[in-house]
Amino acid sequence: MAGGLKEAVIELREADALRITDELLRSGTDPLTVVSSCKEAMDVIGQRFANGEAFIPELIMAGEIMQGVTAKVKPYLQTETSSARLGTVVMCTVQGDIHDIGKDIVVTMLDIAGFDVVDLGVDVPPDRVVEAVRDHKAQVLGLSGLLTIAFDSMKTTVAAVEDAGLRDGVKIMLGGAPVTADVVAYAGADDWGKDAIAAVELARTWVGGA
Amino acid sequence: MTLPDNWNELTSEARLEFRLDAWQNAPIEFASPQVAQAYRDRVQLYRDVIALKKPATVPIAPWIGLLPFRYYGHTAKQAYYDYEILKDDWYRFHEETMPDGIGLTLGIVPGKLFEILDYHLYDWPGHGTPDDTSYQYNEKEWMKADEYTALIQDPGSYWQRTYLPRVFGALEPFAQLSPWTDLVEIPFTAPFFAGFAASPVKEMLKKLAEAGDAAMEWLQASMAADGRIMATLGIPQTAGGSSKAPYDILGDTMRGTRGLMLDKFRQPDNVKTAMERLVPLAVDWAVRSNNVTGNPIVFIPIHKGADGFMSDADFRELYWPTFKAVLLGLIEQGLVPWVFVEGSYNERLEVIADEEIPAGRMVWMFDATDMERAKAIVGSRQCIGGNVPAALFAMGTPEEMDAYVKDLLGKTAKNGGFILSSGIVLDEADPTVYRAFIDAGRRYGAEI
Repeated sequence: MAGGLKEAVIELREADALRITDELLRSGTDPLTVVSSCKEAMDVIGQRFANGEAFIPELIMAGEIMQGVTAKVKPYLQTETSSARLGTVVMCTVQGDIHDIGKDIVVTMLDIAGFDVVDLGVDVPPDRVVEAVRDHKAQVLGLSGLLTIAFDSMKTTVAAVEDAGLRDGVKIMLGGAPVTADVVAYAGADDWGKDAIAAVELARTWVGGA
Repeated sequence: MTLPDNWNELTSEARLEFRLDAWQNAPIEFASPQVAQAYRDRVQLYRDVIALKKPATVPIAPWIGLLPFRYYGHTAKQAYYDYEILKDDWYRFHEETMPDGIGLTLGIVPGKLFEILDYHLYDWPGHGTPDDTSYQYNEKEWMKADEYTALIQDPGSYWQRTYLPRVFGALEPFAQLSPWTDLVEIPFTAPFFAGFAASPVKEMLKKLAEAGDAAMEWLQASMAADGRIMATLGIPQTAGGSSKAPYDILGDTMRGTRGLMLDKFRQPDNVKTAMERLVPLAVDWAVRSNNVTGNPIVFIPIHKGADGFMSDADFRELYWPTFKAVLLGLIEQGLVPWVFVEGSYNERLEVIADEEIPAGRMVWMFDATDMERAKAIVGSRQCIGGNVPAALFAMGTPEEMDAYVKDLLGKTAKNGGFILSSGIVLDEADPTVYRAFIDAGRRYGAEI
């Protein structure tokens, strides 16, 4: 039955996935089993994305189904079971840029991969980033931007983290269509990723999960 | 531009020739015969590369955005609000750099107009974005998931009564007015117009008149800048109208990127029907404006079909058919689609090289696409161009730029069919690197 759920998610059959979830929960299946079936399915989709067999719509639809399933599972969880999280990532689109699609996909994929993600939103000034990195003891900071002016904001933000004395404790990754290795060097970040899967890989590598 | 009386009987090839001649012999009062000749020579470069013939030199037509204003110490906000700055900087930049085409003048937009209309769709400098940043789209579902039927049934009414009131605060009263298609017979006429008696509607009409004046003030400034560039520098405009791919119309500013991606799974038939409904609108939009401007180039920025944004199967079945219908509709009217392909299109090249699109009739301007493959696959049928990366303009050195342009032209420009341009609209560039781009284009472009 839980296998049926995994297949439904992999095949992006939303209505089936939600129906099977209801059936599983009503029949007394452990809610954590339901969640882990979904996660297994997400891993498959993530792998397909990395292999160029699935694309952004598939990632977004899978994330949407995952959220639907999670909402159904929540009332069945006795206590807030916090499975071991891999680490904390602070994410934002940098100051002056309000593009959020790429950043949102990265947030979803990091969350599904097991990271605690602090999403600061878009057009975020450096001081708010510094505050979040400090308050949440983040191991990873992800800065996103679609505009070329974001390069300067990325540089300023990295410098602010440095000035606050937090740079040694946090790895910084950049993302967004115009970002290249040159931008990483320019901004003083650690690395960059071309998509959400690459971001998850970076975070896993840095936090020691892979 | 006046179309000849026998327009409907002309073949699309004859229509194209008519439009190209009209563009090349535009009724401009040139500063001198030499400038007039320079203008005609430049248009000839485009005629040659579009027809896949070898031009005298490779045309250089960068996408110029806010760059001129940055150069001369002005902010985006100043460019959007002070039309003297708009005119002066725009002219001066073209005079100093002498490209073969005028930049994207329409992209330097009037802030005052958007204030009057209370435009929600975008933020712009001083209204949600910093003074020195271009306008930016507010990504959200401006069209709701359950509104496809209304859109498909009557796009005009949907726009007027649902979409416009949502995206322009000042146009909210449009929602209360009946659709214009009600006006068919005398007894139904008075009830229709009674709607205009409502105070909010009267207020809206005042705003619309104000908006008209604000738009005209900007348009005159913008056209004056372009007119001066054409008349005294002999540089032609490279776009006479605009259009979009139906999938992008839905995905860019209606359903939103995410919304449309989910619709693909949840209501695929509605997405398909809506796109088909938008095809004639997209064609008509360009035909009307190109007939006014007398310039046959149709600027078409495309976004949501790029690599990674959908599978190959979805591109072939969902994105391409209606976009192709728009391209064929424009070509039939003798227009030249000039597609600005944002992002990368490496996975799409075989599809867009479609043999049903007549060869030598359009332009594909790429960004982050492998240009050697683009030349081999698309370039054998249509003119291609673009690709010089934004990051290189912003952070490269003149030497790196020179080497990049040399390599690019070596791969793509031999025997014509290529336009040198930036991969994206340039808001930022190191002045020496930008100069190196133009110089390298001139040097290597003459050697093809």
